[in-house]
Amino acid sequence: MSKDIEQIIKKYKPGRREELIPLLQEIQDEHGHLSEQAIVRVGNFMGLSTTKIFGLATFYDQFRFFPSGKVNVRICNGTTCFLNGSQAVVNKLKEETGLAPGQTGRDGIFSYEVVTCMGGCNNGPVLTVNGEYYTSVKPEQIPELIKKLKFIIEND
Amino acid sequence: MLFTITVNNKKIKAEKGETILSALNRNGIIIPTLCRMKDFTPTGACRMCVVEVEGRDRLVTACSQPVEEWMKIKTHSPRVITARKTIVELLLSNHPDDCLYCDKNLNCELQRLSEELNIRERRIRARKIRPRLDQSSPAIVRELSKCILCGRCVRVCEEVITSTSLDFINRGSQIHVGPAMDRDFNFSSCIHCGQCVMVCPTGALHEKHNITEVQEYLNNPEILKVVQYTPLVASGIAEEMGIRYNKEFDRILNSILRKIGFEKVFTTGTGTDICITEIADQLKEKLASGNDTPLYISACPAWVKYAEQFKPDLLTSLSTVKSPQQTTGVLIKTLVAGQAGIKPEKVFSVSVTPCMAMKFEARRDGMMRKGISDVDSVMTVRELARLIRLYGIDITNIEPEPVDEPMSGRTSSAALTEVSGGYAETVVRLLWYDHYKKEADKQAFKKLRSGGAFREASFKIDNTDLNVAVVDGLTGLDKLESALSSGRKYDLIEVMTCQGGCVNGAGMPFSASKEDKKGRAKMIYQADDSEALNLPCKSPVLMNLYEKLIKENNDISDKKIFYTHFEKRNVLL
Amino acid sequence: MDDLRKFLIDKVLLSDSDTLAPETEKVLRRVRREKLEHAVIFISSGTHSIIAGSEKTRAAIQSYIDENEQGTEIVNVGCNGPLSFEPFVCIQLPGKNRLYFRNITEEKVEPLLNGIFHNDINKDDLAGQHGTKGFELWPGIPFIDELPFFANQKRVVLGNCGCYDPESIDEYIARGGYRAYAKAIRHYTYEEVCDIVERSGLRGRSGGGYLTGLKWKQALNTPASSRYLICNAKESDPGAFTDRTILESDPHRLVEGIAIASYAIGASSAVVFFRKNSEHAQQRLQKAIDNAREYGILGHNIFSSGYNLDIIIRKEPGAFVCGEETALLSTLEGKRGMPQLKPPYPTTSGLFSKPTVINNVETLMNVPLIMENGPEWFRAMGTQKSPGTKVFAIAGKGRMSGVIEVEMGTTLKTIVEDIADGIREGKDLKAVQLGGASGTFIKKENLELPVDFDQMAEKHIPMGAGGFIIIDENTCIVDLVRYFMEFIRNESCGKCIPCREGTGRMLEILDSVIKKPVNEDSGTTLERFKGVMQLETIASVMKDTSLCGLGQTAPNPFMSALENFREEFEEHIFDRKCRANICRGLRTFSIDVDKCTGCTACASKCPVNAIYGTRLQPFFIVEEKCTGCGICYDICKFSAIKVK
Repeated sequence: MSKDIEQIIKKYKPGRREELIPLLQEIQDEHGHLSEQAIVRVGNFMGLSTTKIFGLATFYDQFRFFPSGKVNVRICNGTTCFLNGSQAVVNKLKEETGLAPGQTGRDGIFSYEVVTCMGGCNNGPVLTVNGEYYTSVKPEQIPELIKKLKFIIEND
Repeated sequence: MLFTITVNNKKIKAEKGETILSALNRNGIIIPTLCRMKDFTPTGACRMCVVEVEGRDRLVTACSQPVEEWMKIKTHSPRVITARKTIVELLLSNHPDDCLYCDKNLNCELQRLSEELNIRERRIRARKIRPRLDQSSPAIVRELSKCILCGRCVRVCEEVITSTSLDFINRGSQIHVGPAMDRDFNFSSCIHCGQCVMVCPTGALHEKHNITEVQEYLNNPEILKVVQYTPLVASGIAEEMGIRYNKEFDRILNSILRKIGFEKVFTTGTGTDICITEIADQLKEKLASGNDTPLYISACPAWVKYAEQFKPDLLTSLSTVKSPQQTTGVLIKTLVAGQAGIKPEKVFSVSVTPCMAMKFEARRDGMMRKGISDVDSVMTVRELARLIRLYGIDITNIEPEPVDEPMSGRTSSAALTEVSGGYAETVVRLLWYDHYKKEADKQAFKKLRSGGAFREASFKIDNTDLNVAVVDGLTGLDKLESALSSGRKYDLIEVMTCQGGCVNGAGMPFSASKEDKKGRAKMIYQADDSEALNLPCKSPVLMNLYEKLIKENNDISDKKIFYTHFEKRNVLL
Repeated sequence: MDDLRKFLIDKVLLSDSDTLAPETEKVLRRVRREKLEHAVIFISSGTHSIIAGSEKTRAAIQSYIDENEQGTEIVNVGCNGPLSFEPFVCIQLPGKNRLYFRNITEEKVEPLLNGIFHNDINKDDLAGQHGTKGFELWPGIPFIDELPFFANQKRVVLGNCGCYDPESIDEYIARGGYRAYAKAIRHYTYEEVCDIVERSGLRGRSGGGYLTGLKWKQALNTPASSRYLICNAKESDPGAFTDRTILESDPHRLVEGIAIASYAIGASSAVVFFRKNSEHAQQRLQKAIDNAREYGILGHNIFSSGYNLDIIIRKEPGAFVCGEETALLSTLEGKRGMPQLKPPYPTTSGLFSKPTVINNVETLMNVPLIMENGPEWFRAMGTQKSPGTKVFAIAGKGRMSGVIEVEMGTTLKTIVEDIADGIREGKDLKAVQLGGASGTFIKKENLELPVDFDQMAEKHIPMGAGGFIIIDENTCIVDLVRYFMEFIRNESCGKCIPCREGTGRMLEILDSVIKKPVNEDSGTTLERFKGVMQLETIASVMKDTSLCGLGQTAPNPFMSALENFREEFEEHIFDRKCRANICRGLRTFSIDVDKCTGCTACASKCPVNAIYGTRLQPFFIVEEKCTGCGICYDICKFSAIKVK
């Protein structure tokens, strides 16, 4: 893991605070989250205290501090999808998984995020599962979907 | 360039380039503020200082908006008052209701604002969230539920102390202030200096109380209760109790402490005299051996922790002499206990200081002997004032008394060490006197006494150059570093975390005005000028301690008890 | 490839005359596909289309062509039609007008193409033909331009969208792109470019309406060693998709706009601050920038003019508040995105304390057109004080939705009734919501309002950046206001007290209005009323004192909803009824005694034990205890539960 961080860090110049966010974004994209080790190393590299790096990272939605699930669902709750009933789908997801948006289940399999406007405004409510689109989703479809996804992961 | 503006229908003069707030204040109009700190640039976080400016559709913050000619301002119109009141009510809606139990009761800026704005009804309700209490630091307690997110502590820790141990975490309604990774203080790079406590407007950051522990022991007849206090504490108590300080008050304080229940009362100054002597010896040795690494004075415990965290390569250059509090403390546990015929375990030794980091220092690894701490409990000036009030002592009606034997006095040098530059000055003066048998000219120390965060001066003792540097507040460390890297050499370096020295320590009274603060250092310089007993080597008490008592006592005759060690710390930097 | 590149640079971009030589025009016509030897099929390829299935359609077309009509070209284009037409496919046979087909999912490909190539046009999915001079008309087929959706628009900024392959810089140059830029940097001074844009009257399209040319001049006239231009492509308003569509369809025009704007203010660095979750658009923009570098349009001493420029893309890490200027600058500097005090304004002291201009995507898209056609051309469109056009993202319950562009001065009524073609399923229009989470509601009766900065400002309706939501009678206004307030509360940065605490309190009070707690007693009712009375004060103090635009406009949805739909609020608060039947907490349920079999399923699941009865006899719901959660409704197999 830490070798990867070093490879990423090598691409940046030390002490340039304007590159801090792109550096953290690259680590986030590569590892799926920012570990404590990564934050301390980045702080070291940039000449900034860990407190500042952590404070910065917690401000933004993109950065997670623990890995997302093997199945990551993103559900659109933009205005148009909302008007087409996406709130009920979000609530159903919450109910069925017992997780809050952004959390990962203990078994590490499932996590979901609520985003705004993925661009499927005519086909809402829209959700993606690890990048694959599902359109016109109804709350009743959620339990079935979760069951199917868990099955695929467990038998992979 | 002065021009006219209209405020509340009256014309006043304002200067080009100043803010509305400063123009108003100069003309006697006070606007409530909350997040503002003097000498810091405004952040515009609290929105309390809003005023109505004709032609602007929104209210404008007075702390940041520059005045313009012909501005028409209303500072207390109904719209402005509603805005200020609603803002405070919004704060109160999310604030705990336990004023009576709060550390800052009667001293809280939120209370004061609420009173000023005449808030008499709870109109806005919220679900109050009670985040956790962080009691992991020996000096500072963090109560997040009382935090109003003004950001003062974050700025002080970053811009003044430079350890940047605190920052905002998350955003919006989840926002709170915390150390790295949202852990507790003990994992962080906090140096326990307590300057954040001095600026916190509410009770979100306050000192850890040792007062309850002290009270318990005061009631225990089987324990020998001993107290030491630094010279500054007397003037601090006078300030806190609202009376005028004079030299007699030192002896009155002795009497007060005995009335509270302490059986032996000492001044930390005796220990300071020993420390100055020991450091002067270390410096002499270094100069004689031709070693050109500087000797750093390590009396400031916050600076020591800072060095252990951020500058571990300096650790071998830090003077291993303990701080005055610990030196006096160790003498109490050995000499005084021995003379009283009591085992050190049965001695409860309290130290009263103007410093909060000393609470951390008393718990350090190198400050124990055979499992017994040199100092058992540390109280700040504020805590002692509380104790005095609690015990119902009428301080106007007390007879003065001396401190106890055998540490029955101190020199004015001891008091001088509590001002920035003073420690280095006393060491140099002692060396000078030791060599030339006459006193050094005070004028030579002017450069060390004032002149910014980094000061330096050179002295010549015969053919030896003595280069001294003083770092006044940790922001001066950068300048020290550039001086060192440009090739300058120093023999003695004094570093103090609190700007101005211990006179502005975090244990001193909150309500000190700028004049009060200036006055503290001034009083110490004046005392030093007028007292005859101004060097440790002139003090008969000290001579007795060294020649007789320490020598005679097998346990401590090697003086190892006066020395400590340091080690690198592994914290989240 | 290289030959074409050299040709385009030398003969087109660096040509100083207004008209090009006939041989040059001939080559360009071929690049623009105005002279075809074989058929071309254009497929819209934006995110909207992909979600509607356009990738599968494309694959199906490719395999059909490989089998039957080798030589036919497939071109990916951007979006130019309504979302309801996606996947939108356009077929052009040599010499004939283009034919547009809508909703071509993969199973429709074969029959459609079979028909086309055998002269049998399927009229079901046909949207219309698009006429171009010199091409043969299709008899008996209506013109797509005459559809009200297109007829009422004036597509200038969006003029290229859907007409060319957004990943081809050659096509863009062939359509006249980058000429205005090449001319500007070689023949005009910075001042002159600012003058031209100022004379055109272009006003900031992110909602502020500040004169763009004036803003540029402020930055230009601040002495500094460097300046920056930032294109705010963040658009994280929930429900807005104009910027993303523009970037997927015509990224080159944006690059040109940024380049001209950077030149005008004397900046040699430009940053595009990009929204997250738009990988497709970002890839296209990055490719456009990379191609522009290869063609010498960005770099050092561009076209020997002495001007240097490079553009970098920075992805926003996820905070709505970073759309605010000073917060954006904080993020780019590597700090928490908290807004800062103004003054100093970014044009005086912005990124790294240098003069910085931050412009919206739409504003910058107008710039190359103004430079090419002149400020008078721009002024001739729109109204006197608001010249030009405005792009909107129509969404919601209208029959047609999508990214549209209308001349300033067009009324909202035209947009709703003609372009969006009224409400779906024959429902009634309730209101139009402009401006996203910081926007306002406009009632049916007030739709005669023209799109114009000043006329709308007079009525206290901010134009917004382009969000345009159509709401019908089945939408609960209170629920929608609560949705916006929750969004704002989550996105508030937390720095200033009125916004941080105010949004939280307002959300809690709105929650109490749309939910019915169990066994509400007089204490909680009193709390609710007290809370509601505070809503207006909190809202007005937030508007008056918040530090940045987010807090200042946060109460807008609430305040305008209260003004226009007060009865609906009062029904929720006092009568505890939701007329649109959306607020689950306020529904009342009752059991139809004729259908109920007494199976006890509902009674056992009721979380508040509000259902009583004996087995095999019809059950009964106690209205006072019911919290409207709807579990019984979902569970009943006999449809015996009625919602009121």
